[in-house]
Amino acid sequence: MSAIDIRNLTVWFGHGADRADAVRDVSFEVADGESFGLVGESGSGKSTILRAIAGLVPTWSGQMTVAGETLGPKRSKSFYRKVQMVFQDPYASLHPRHTVDRVLSEAMQLHGVRDIDTRIGRLLDDVGLGPGFRFRYPHQLSGGQRQRVAIARALACDPAIVLLDEPTSALDVSVQAEILNLLTDLRQEHKLTYVMVSHDLGVVGHLCERIGVMQEGRFVEVLSVEAMRRQQAEAPYTRHLLESSINSIR
Amino acid sequence: MSTSQGLRAWLLTEEPTSRRQARMAAWYKGWLTLRSNTLAMLGLMVLVVLLLAAIFAPLLATHDPFAQDLGQRLLAPGEGGHLLGTDSLGRDIYSRLLYGARISIYIVALVVMVAPVVGLIVGTVAGYAGGWIDVLLMRMTDIFLAFPRLILALAFVAALGAGIENAVLAISLTAWPPYARIARAETLTIRNSDYIHAIRLQGAGPLRIVTQHIWPLCISSLVIRVTLDMAGIILTAAGLGFLGLGAQPPSPEWGAMISEGRKYILDSWWVATIPGIAIFSISLAFNLLGDGLRDVLDPKEGQS
Repeated sequence: MSAIDIRNLTVWFGHGADRADAVRDVSFEVADGESFGLVGESGSGKSTILRAIAGLVPTWSGQMTVAGETLGPKRSKSFYRKVQMVFQDPYASLHPRHTVDRVLSEAMQLHGVRDIDTRIGRLLDDVGLGPGFRFRYPHQLSGGQRQRVAIARALACDPAIVLLDEPTSALDVSVQAEILNLLTDLRQEHKLTYVMVSHDLGVVGHLCERIGVMQEGRFVEVLSVEAMRRQQAEAPYTRHLLESSINSIR
Repeated sequence: MSTSQGLRAWLLTEEPTSRRQARMAAWYKGWLTLRSNTLAMLGLMVLVVLLLAAIFAPLLATHDPFAQDLGQRLLAPGEGGHLLGTDSLGRDIYSRLLYGARISIYIVALVVMVAPVVGLIVGTVAGYAGGWIDVLLMRMTDIFLAFPRLILALAFVAALGAGIENAVLAISLTAWPPYARIARAETLTIRNSDYIHAIRLQGAGPLRIVTQHIWPLCISSLVIRVTLDMAGIILTAAGLGFLGLGAQPPSPEWGAMISEGRKYILDSWWVATIPGIAIFSISLAFNLLGDGLRDVLDPKEGQS
């Protein structure tokens, strides 16, 4: 059974003459436990797909089946127990007036988790933050630490699927590597399914097995990471992306 | 000494160990920022003195504020044991000033309990809900904003009779729309931020999001605005008293005291001047404090 099955998804913003299609007729599947990457330049609609799955964009058509649930215009509470999201900017994704403890305990309360106290301790351990971070405010944390808190919040309800919206692009290179390794470890430990958006082929190649390349709201190509490494892309746009990312490394 | 230093270290630690400690530490850091602002502390001190004067008025007063003595009328400050002189009916101005502080605080407290709360609720609901609810609530706000304060107060007094309560009601009814607008503007910038999206993805309903996530961020700018408006509220109340529509004689309301002194202003300057100075100084104190609070409470600054 596939964890995510998207058929003919179209997402738009605005009405009538102002309507702009951000995603056009996209279909893909992600198997249970798989990690799927969405790559493309900014404005290609990759983040919009995640937001549509998460229920943050109400204007979409097509068919989405996620974790066995066919999605309608509204998401059920049980949906959010199975699907969580990590946002791009760790400086904007934590409430400036809430401590780490408040963020995590509120998430657990909303999902009806019991013995919150011990679970918060374990969760902070899981994401590599000690108990000393529990009662800090976001402004007392660095970008990498904040992103760890955001990951902990996403894992608070033991979801099966985590949507990652460029989780490392706002961080330093060294911190990026730490967060990527953390995500890899967590995936093994909790048997998570990832859908990850990135514009960085290296990041996606590190974490994902399959990659969907997007351009102007459409899928150009879906290929495996091995094929990408061997540079066996078929579409000219993918080849162009690969070449430019290899050149930027040199 | 060592315990106070221990307390300071406990409050300033980088790693709080309990919810209570984290909250107290946040308050303490805010207090430190406020304390470094001399003018704001001056304002705060004036207000504390005013509050104490109001609380201990019966102990501090040298005379009964209502006792008339026509033999001692219009005495200059210092004469006949009257510290700040007497008014046209021979009442001790110093004692009346102290009791008048109670009325001013009462008015301010009542307005503060009504206007910002109504404004916060209307503004955040309109901002978060959007659509026709937003349109409806904001047009209502516009209608209330169009009422001139004193004219509405006149209407209220005509309908319900003169008195402090009606004056407060009139002030509150005309004071909330600016708060609603501020709260709505703040909500509009907050509602699309990632931390609101994140809590929505945890399955939180609109009630929880508005009260627990949006309110804490709106309240700081409202508190600043309220402290800055406090001066205006006191002046409006005094103005109503001056027109004879607010507090009624013989109550020692400061505006009413100025109004009574008006007739003697050329011969006995102190009767109108002294309550005027009192109104001036607490209005100024509120303004100074408001300015200081802005530095402390601005959530975008993030005291680091």
